[in-house]
Amino acid sequence: MSFLNDPIGIIGNWLTNLMTGWGLAPGFAQVITMTIGAFVLAMSGLMLVVFTIVMERKLYGRIQDRFGPNRIGPWGLLQTIPDMIKIFTKEYITPAGADKVPYNLAPILSVGGALMVWAVLPFASNIFGTDINVGVLYIVAVGAIGALGIILAGWASNNKYALVGAIRAVSQVVSFEVPMVLALLVPVILARAMGVNSIVDAQSESVWYFLLSPVAALIFFISSQAEVGRAPFDLLEAESEIVSGFQVEYSGLKFGWFFVGEFLHAFTISALMATLFFGGWSGPWVKAFPLLGVFYLLIKSFAVYLIVILMRIALPRLRIDQMLNFNWKFLVPLGLVTVMMTAVIEKAMPLLNVSDTWAPFLRVGAHLLVNLIIIWVVAVILRKTFARREPPVVGQPRPVAVPPPAPAPVESPAAEMP
Amino acid sequence: MGAMQILFLLAAAAVLGAAILVVTSRNLVHAALWLIVALFGVAVVYVLLNAGFFAIVQVVIYIGAIAILFIFAVMLTRQIGGKDGGSQNHSTWWVAALLSLLLMVGIVWILSTWQGFATELPALANEKELISELGKSLVSTYLLPFELASVLLVAALIGAIYVSWEKSR
Repeated sequence: MSFLNDPIGIIGNWLTNLMTGWGLAPGFAQVITMTIGAFVLAMSGLMLVVFTIVMERKLYGRIQDRFGPNRIGPWGLLQTIPDMIKIFTKEYITPAGADKVPYNLAPILSVGGALMVWAVLPFASNIFGTDINVGVLYIVAVGAIGALGIILAGWASNNKYALVGAIRAVSQVVSFEVPMVLALLVPVILARAMGVNSIVDAQSESVWYFLLSPVAALIFFISSQAEVGRAPFDLLEAESEIVSGFQVEYSGLKFGWFFVGEFLHAFTISALMATLFFGGWSGPWVKAFPLLGVFYLLIKSFAVYLIVILMRIALPRLRIDQMLNFNWKFLVPLGLVTVMMTAVIEKAMPLLNVSDTWAPFLRVGAHLLVNLIIIWVVAVILRKTFARREPPVVGQPRPVAVPPPAPAPVESPAAEMP
Repeated sequence: MGAMQILFLLAAAAVLGAAILVVTSRNLVHAALWLIVALFGVAVVYVLLNAGFFAIVQVVIYIGAIAILFIFAVMLTRQIGGKDGGSQNHSTWWVAALLSLLLMVGIVWILSTWQGFATELPALANEKELISELGKSLVSTYLLPFELASVLLVAALIGAIYVSWEKSR
């Protein structure tokens, strides 16, 4: 039973003891165990991508009225493996004027940026890479590294389309970082902690933060979509305008690495959304069996990921001015208002002198009410600004030819017959 | 010499080497990339000083925003290859060298007279609550510098809006 409660800790201890038994210094053995743990974490992230790719292609197929991959493995589940083998055997092409080191560094950075988030994701109350006390800021910082990979790819390829893609990527990623940070501040204020695991802990004691602040959750969802650069925010790779944007000159495994990076990032933000706003590993009976938390987190992450995929399939691409206007004139003011209102309510709550039994209910109710009011005000403003107006009536239609009157109905002889 | 000192020397060497490459490399984008390496090195120094918050903020602001904007601005300019082969030095480079030498001597002199220069690193009193302590001290002890920095940033924002305002409207 104790093994089921804390499998990772027990395996780690066993490995460390084994290596100290072989005569290694304890500190050294600890470092080796941690390295193995990091490797296993990264590999499980990459292995997950194999299946998220199949999931996405299947859904794409179903929505476009075809089967999707259905030849290899049961229900086509293993389709990605022959794709991988194919991409391993492809030729690497380096363009003549490419800047070698940044050109080869870019795919690594774009996958690494997504994988580094996994270091702070808590899969269960005792299964996580590390629990640093600035976890939320770390997530933002790591997102910048992924953006750096895209910029390097675009510039080092020595291709005008790639450069245009990189310039679009910079304007998009840097500007959508602002509402994302604002939305991330809301769980930090609510949990009074910056560590990701502490935020999940706080949610398991009260309710999911999606209920407390749906506005912040939606802002985070939209802006993280833009950070990843998936449809409707896929201007940086826009196939029909700039062929493939930053990845146009890449081939073989380097191209595949970008592909993996995009899918991994998309799943990572779904997991982050589930962790920060949908309670992460918390769920029923999770106190007694911590391992259940992994199951809950995966279910929640895949539920969010489903919406991410559906959005990607259903929505058309935005224009760049629409994208920037939407960010700076809509998401940023909305995020600022939400953060301010959340902070004001959190500060005002202790002043009300409510008894301890009713205080949590009042807190949730006040946050929810203020968020609903924000949504209502936004809806009213949007309707005033963007409502589709009927064109003004300047005159009635004056038809030249008047249709002839309908012919009188003919008495049918059949009706008189008995 | 402990492990911390070795790590510090490595990080400092990386920062200095990258900084020298920033000013000597002829390709502007390469210079910006070396600047990113130097800023990462500074983040490592912050980690060694037990200031994880500052290390992360360093990465968020300097690498995530400022260095990327540098690269963005450089990509919009022409002649980033730097193949013209002319001298990279301004004719009055010795003034800058003299000034920076004076600045370094001054900093070393001030630090050597400071009593904390020779003492051991004291243990942190409240290691778990570092960020909240930082936040509290920002709005109590260091309120005036904090507000002054905010005013400066607001002034910069207004200036940026004024510069980019379309005058024809």
